[in-house]
Amino acid sequence: MKLKSIVLSLTAMVMSVVPFSVSQAQDMEQFFPALVYRTGPYAAGGSGFFGGFEDYLALLNLRDGGINGVKMVWEECETAYNSDRGVECYERLKNQGEHGATVVHPLSTGITYRLIERATADKIPVISMGYGRTDATNGKVFPWIFPLITNYWSQNTAKIKYIGMQEGGMGNLQGKKIANLHHESSYGKETIPVLNVQAEKYGFEVKHYPVAHPGLDQKAAWLDIARRYKPDYVILRGWGVMNPTALKEAARVGYPADKIVGVWWSGAEEDVIPAGKAAVGYVAAGFHPSGSDFPVIAEMLDIVHGAGQGNISPQRVGTIYYNRGVVAGIVTTEAIRIAQEKYGTKVLSGEEMRWGLENLSISAERIKELGADGLMAPLTVTCADHEGGGPVKFSRWDGSKWVEVTDWIETDKSIVDPMIMDSSMAYAAEKGITPRAGMSMGSDCG
Amino acid sequence: MFYREVGQYKSSYPADQAIFPLTNDRIGVILILLIAYIWPPLSGSQYLMGPILTQLLVFGLAALGLNLLTGYAGQVSLGTGGFMAVGAFGCYNLVLRLPEIPLVIDFILAGLMAAAVGVIFGIPSLRIKGFYLAVATLASQFFLLWIFDHVGWFTNYDPAGVASAPTQTLFGSLAHEGGPLDFLAPIDVIVSGPNATPEAKYILTLSVVVVLALLAKNLVRGMTGRAWMAIRDFDIAAEIIGIRPLRTKLLAFAISSFYCGVAGALYVFTYVGNADTEAFDLIRSFTILFMIIIGGLGSIMGSFLGAAFIVLLPPFLNIVASNLGEGTLSGAALANLELIVYGGTIVFFLAVEPLGFARMWQIIKEKLRQWPFPY
Repeated sequence: MKLKSIVLSLTAMVMSVVPFSVSQAQDMEQFFPALVYRTGPYAAGGSGFFGGFEDYLALLNLRDGGINGVKMVWEECETAYNSDRGVECYERLKNQGEHGATVVHPLSTGITYRLIERATADKIPVISMGYGRTDATNGKVFPWIFPLITNYWSQNTAKIKYIGMQEGGMGNLQGKKIANLHHESSYGKETIPVLNVQAEKYGFEVKHYPVAHPGLDQKAAWLDIARRYKPDYVILRGWGVMNPTALKEAARVGYPADKIVGVWWSGAEEDVIPAGKAAVGYVAAGFHPSGSDFPVIAEMLDIVHGAGQGNISPQRVGTIYYNRGVVAGIVTTEAIRIAQEKYGTKVLSGEEMRWGLENLSISAERIKELGADGLMAPLTVTCADHEGGGPVKFSRWDGSKWVEVTDWIETDKSIVDPMIMDSSMAYAAEKGITPRAGMSMGSDCG
Repeated sequence: MFYREVGQYKSSYPADQAIFPLTNDRIGVILILLIAYIWPPLSGSQYLMGPILTQLLVFGLAALGLNLLTGYAGQVSLGTGGFMAVGAFGCYNLVLRLPEIPLVIDFILAGLMAAAVGVIFGIPSLRIKGFYLAVATLASQFFLLWIFDHVGWFTNYDPAGVASAPTQTLFGSLAHEGGPLDFLAPIDVIVSGPNATPEAKYILTLSVVVVLALLAKNLVRGMTGRAWMAIRDFDIAAEIIGIRPLRTKLLAFAISSFYCGVAGALYVFTYVGNADTEAFDLIRSFTILFMIIIGGLGSIMGSFLGAAFIVLLPPFLNIVASNLGEGTLSGAALANLELIVYGGTIVFFLAVEPLGFARMWQIIKEKLRQWPFPY
């Protein structure tokens, strides 16, 4: 008897645990997989981003009853920023919901690379907003990948422009030295080619310093930077715990924080607060500011957190990572709205969602309507240009908050576009992909 | 009960020396293989075939490779990730540059490359043992990954250093329509790249792993395996009875690296589809070492049991947490609870049976033989 009851209860447990496909006909539900990471050295980014993203979807559900009556639903899967688990999570969640996953936000350049071919075969759009494979911007070769708003190479041109502004003009970059301290991963290595091209164009010298995962060991790199190489600027291309460590090491060897320029994955509150005083004066890029003064963020606190349905602790609402998640939510749901205009109010499939993303256009008025004025710049995506060409803003950490030091800085397409073309065509040749019709960037793909 | 050897008499040496001397075992293994070949493709679940079973087989094979070296020959190694990377990038370049070679031959060639590299990094084992050797093998981990990171040729100059598996058929491009071997074209299925079906990838992985596991089983029962175990148990005594340490240790490194190399190639071609050096970092080497410690040192089956534990427990806990924990705890609490349970289970199993799952399985078998009066 005892054995039998154990077997029965075990069976019941396994049955309740086996993932089952949700098939509720009464409610229209648009399903999102959330490849979140709330553990490990990069947890601050994963929990903040998906906190904002899920809160925004919850806001639409609570305030408007979804998008035209279609509810937003999601399921989390913990990846711990591990590529293998990212693939596992993607495979687990991709077939849930009426038409499977709507879009995937991998929130990891490594996982994005793992998913590019899988998602292309499965016809599920991948939004790698501000990360991922840069040359996937060419939508003719990568029809299902959307590095929206601004990709890594574009960001990098804005960063060199910012450094040029500090030096009083791009001409003054001649002979300057820049150290690129990067995370040793596909994410970290992504900007090496574009930096080399820009170094040649503007006549500055660049030296790349890789830092092994998770980035706690930087003593040798910083000693070399501060004592031997003595660069005019250091680009910090870190992630997670690597960022505060870098700032602390810089302070230890006496390298001034205001000569360190961070990328947007090195520019959150969680990156500077642990470094304490060492971070004061440090400047980082961003495609959106932090702060909770925006009406949409205030509503989030009121409606979502007010109803006790927040997906993150209320103290973190309005931080950089949270706001990035909100921007991701806006971009994703605006694409759903546009696709619904064409295909009708229903649960969209991956292909319909891709049409929505390729025809995504968010004007300044629309941003104001959404209560996100100043939170993001206007954006227009086409089938050839999967980026949308967003500008970049720089903020300085004053010890308690991020203070914007520049207006929106436009990226330099003249450098990035030919590189994207070369790189993506090389990929197409290796993989035997025939690009969609109309070869120049910006033209229609039919 | 059903596991009883009464009445099974052996009348010849081959019968007595069979891999599975008991008929019950033989039937069990054949049944398991039949289920493994038939059930997942029939179920049609990509999730089951891909991230669950293929991943299990790939890491089981890598763990088996390390187990040959560490469990049987007694040489501790932390270079597993590096050897997997050699196999992975070696196979990638072979397929990319010589598409005429059938994929299975590529796997063997990639394994041989890894074996050659393994022999070079096995040389320190002649002078040092134990933890010191583990530290020396770390060199391979860092050196090999550095090479793959910094020499662009290995990843075909991909800007992010990602090697992504080209589409390749089972028999290579010679067997395509119009090629010299085009009589093979009807069964020349695509087995790698985004257009390969999960079924094809799974069956190929399973077949490679079954063949290699069978080879390993025979290897460790024979002269080579006995020499390894002699070296492991007392190297000076082994040398005195005529086992040459140089040859034996280097052979262990070569064969172990061969298995790891094939596992690396399978990782890229039939499991994930692409890889950069992050996939083969030091953490990977440690994870595979944990697999054989938990599964059982010196056991073929233990390698797979350990791999199953390490690979499948986290997603299983995650599914349990997300299904049962809906609306009870916050996502952050559930994610951390998963880690706590995972760590706790490892401690529990090692405390209950320090020799690993393989020993547990052995005890269960002993008890079953004496059923219904086990002692």
